[in-house]
Amino acid sequence: MTTRPTRFGFAAAATVAALTLTGCVANNTGDAAGNSVTVDSSATECAISASEAPSGNLVFSVTNSGDQVTEFYLLADDGLRIVGEVENIGPGISRDLVVLVQPGDYFTVCKPGMIGEGIGKTAFTVTDSGEDLSFSGDIAEQVDAANANYKSYVKDQIENLVVGTEDFADAYIAGDDDTARALYAPTRVFWERVETVAESFGDLDPRMDLREADLEDGQEWTGWHAIEKDLWPADAEAGFEAYDQSKREALASQLVEDTNTLYSNVQDLEFTLDQQTNGAIGLLDEVASGKVTGEEEFWSHTDLWDFQANIDGARVLYDGVRDILVVKDEALATTLDTEFEELQTLLDAQREGDGFRLYTELSTAEIRAFSDQVNALAEPLSRLTAVLVL
Amino acid sequence: MSKDETSGLSRRGLLGLAGAGVVGAGLGVGGAFAVGAGSTATSNAVASTYPFFGKHQSGIITPAQDRLHFAAFDVNDISRDELIELLQDWSYAAARMTTGEAAGDYGPAGGPYDAPPDDTGEALDLPPGGLTITFGFGPSLFDDRFGLADKRPSALIDLPKFPSDALQPELVGGDLCIQACSDDPQVAVHAIRNLSRIAFGRATLRWSQLGFGRTSSTTRAQKTPRNLFGFKDGTANLRAEDTAGVTEHVWAAASDGAAWMTGGSYLVSRKIRMTVETWDRTSLREQETIFGRTKGEGAPLSGGSEFTDPDFAKAGRDDAPLIDENSHVKLAHPDTHEGVQILRRGYNFVDGNDDLGRLNAGLFFISFQRDPGTQFVPIQLALSRNDLMNEYVRYVGSAIFAVPPGAASASFIGAGMFDLA
Repeated sequence: MTTRPTRFGFAAAATVAALTLTGCVANNTGDAAGNSVTVDSSATECAISASEAPSGNLVFSVTNSGDQVTEFYLLADDGLRIVGEVENIGPGISRDLVVLVQPGDYFTVCKPGMIGEGIGKTAFTVTDSGEDLSFSGDIAEQVDAANANYKSYVKDQIENLVVGTEDFADAYIAGDDDTARALYAPTRVFWERVETVAESFGDLDPRMDLREADLEDGQEWTGWHAIEKDLWPADAEAGFEAYDQSKREALASQLVEDTNTLYSNVQDLEFTLDQQTNGAIGLLDEVASGKVTGEEEFWSHTDLWDFQANIDGARVLYDGVRDILVVKDEALATTLDTEFEELQTLLDAQREGDGFRLYTELSTAEIRAFSDQVNALAEPLSRLTAVLVL
Repeated sequence: MSKDETSGLSRRGLLGLAGAGVVGAGLGVGGAFAVGAGSTATSNAVASTYPFFGKHQSGIITPAQDRLHFAAFDVNDISRDELIELLQDWSYAAARMTTGEAAGDYGPAGGPYDAPPDDTGEALDLPPGGLTITFGFGPSLFDDRFGLADKRPSALIDLPKFPSDALQPELVGGDLCIQACSDDPQVAVHAIRNLSRIAFGRATLRWSQLGFGRTSSTTRAQKTPRNLFGFKDGTANLRAEDTAGVTEHVWAAASDGAAWMTGGSYLVSRKIRMTVETWDRTSLREQETIFGRTKGEGAPLSGGSEFTDPDFAKAGRDDAPLIDENSHVKLAHPDTHEGVQILRRGYNFVDGNDDLGRLNAGLFFISFQRDPGTQFVPIQLALSRNDLMNEYVRYVGSAIFAVPPGAASASFIGAGMFDLA
């Protein structure tokens, strides 16, 4: 639905991927922040306040007292494999690295200037606290599989979107409004399932999915919602005129063209684990901010189709990483399973024929129940990235 | 209906006040409130009273008080003379209230026994807490009703529609506005309530907004406060001590076109709803990326401490800038707008909750500037188009007002606009 920059952040998130291979997790159990060690990264030193700590949750509070951008690494006993890192710490800035560490030998090192071997490489020992940290350290294959599976899913959805959009555009151009209206929501489902990816191409999203409310003065309105208003003009302002044939053709052909561009764009995308987990919470936020409020499908009121599609997409993302989550935090997995089910039960209750009741047919209590359940799911879901990735 | 019947205030009363000067503690009539420095210690190190009369209106570069009650009014079907009388009566009552006196001469607990008191009373015994009352005129005041069309300053533009505006008509615009600020919320509410009462029959409340937790500092002595996203807000704000900056960016000059506005300014208000529920489930990484600053210290992500200038060129890993191109600090920064600055004076708000059980919370943004078209508008356009924060905010209210210069002590707010100064 958005003109807005999105959270998917392909470039920015890429650096986190390597961490998933190491089996460290963030504290997530709700106890105190765990043992804390301070690190002072200066131009010449990587001064650490302790040389050992007990196993379990460990916080490295890294302060950059130098004048270059710095990084801090916790390395495995081979001095190479990265167990945890914080990057992009500007001069004068402090940032925490939170890791769940197993007993063993490690190294700490700072990398001011972000290049080279780093400085102040120091042995660091983690003693056995007796805390049970039993989980498999090697989840690399599962992560690779999740990444690849999600890539296939995105491509599949966009392929379906291309085909569906062509049929929709044909009907609209031909003046077969009944068919166009019937195809509208079922076709948009393919967009909404992968919305956080689809809207991540800055210039395409506003051309394809901009709502009228998000226009600025003088901006041309194109895409799905511009056509939606023409197909469902009942709520349009007084004086709204149906589009003429040339406008219909222009809007429809641009939508087809942009969808094809989107198709090309997603062919070579690669996904990282944090992009998937953040994508899941991003889809829930789309539900919370646009669908629950009935603002997304302002003219057709088919918001529940989008709602279900966003949840489908979030569910796919969650299922893709669920096996990894069970190893790391089974309680969270159980909670998420339950909350997804509860939300699906609410949605199923609104099914009608092949689709759903219109948003305008929902009672205030029903809308409120959706909103509450979205919160109930989104809050634990928002912990997923930290549990799986960091 | 004449003002004498509606308010009990009169031009004579106004002149009487002017003759006596600003009435201090113990010198007023029976209804005067206890007032004066030292009567009550406040948490905020600001003076307990600010002058109402003067070259500029108070409440602009005045150190931002803790609380706000802002009100926009529509003027009823009255004459030009009646509008003048309303402004005179408002000025009279406002001058009294800012010194800690009652709105009317008798006060809340005196006067004819068979008449309602001329002050509502809830501020009795309370110090004014730095109360300032600041008046403004909206674009619609300059239509054909009051013969003011040729007085409309060119800087008082109609704001364009910004992308991501989701304005609710009932929260937009207004012929007149009053900004009441005090460290005591009850004092600010008292001011708006009594001024609304004085206006009955002449102007009616269109919308109003309570605010708490100032979201910017207007003097260097004030610590930078936080907005409801939990981040410091207004670090790079214009400050009263920066007199050259204030002269250049805040005060209207005679050369700007409308001579009667000299020493005035232009106020833009924007009611910004924050979806705090979704914000609260975003990672610290994303929150800091969106602002371009650290959450604790408020330092720019390029390094340093709160007041270090951001270095937008400084790159981190993969040569990506440490401060995102679409971060709030980048898009709003003077460097992005050829040095243009505004004086922000906004407040947090929570208006209960909505139908979905979400806090109806956000920021009531207020800025003062000399020329909204070249200061506020380009900054807001850049933010509305690209701000990473837009995912978590929506603009629901909007208004612009010409804030005339302060009144001379024998006069009233807006006298110059009527050629009565």
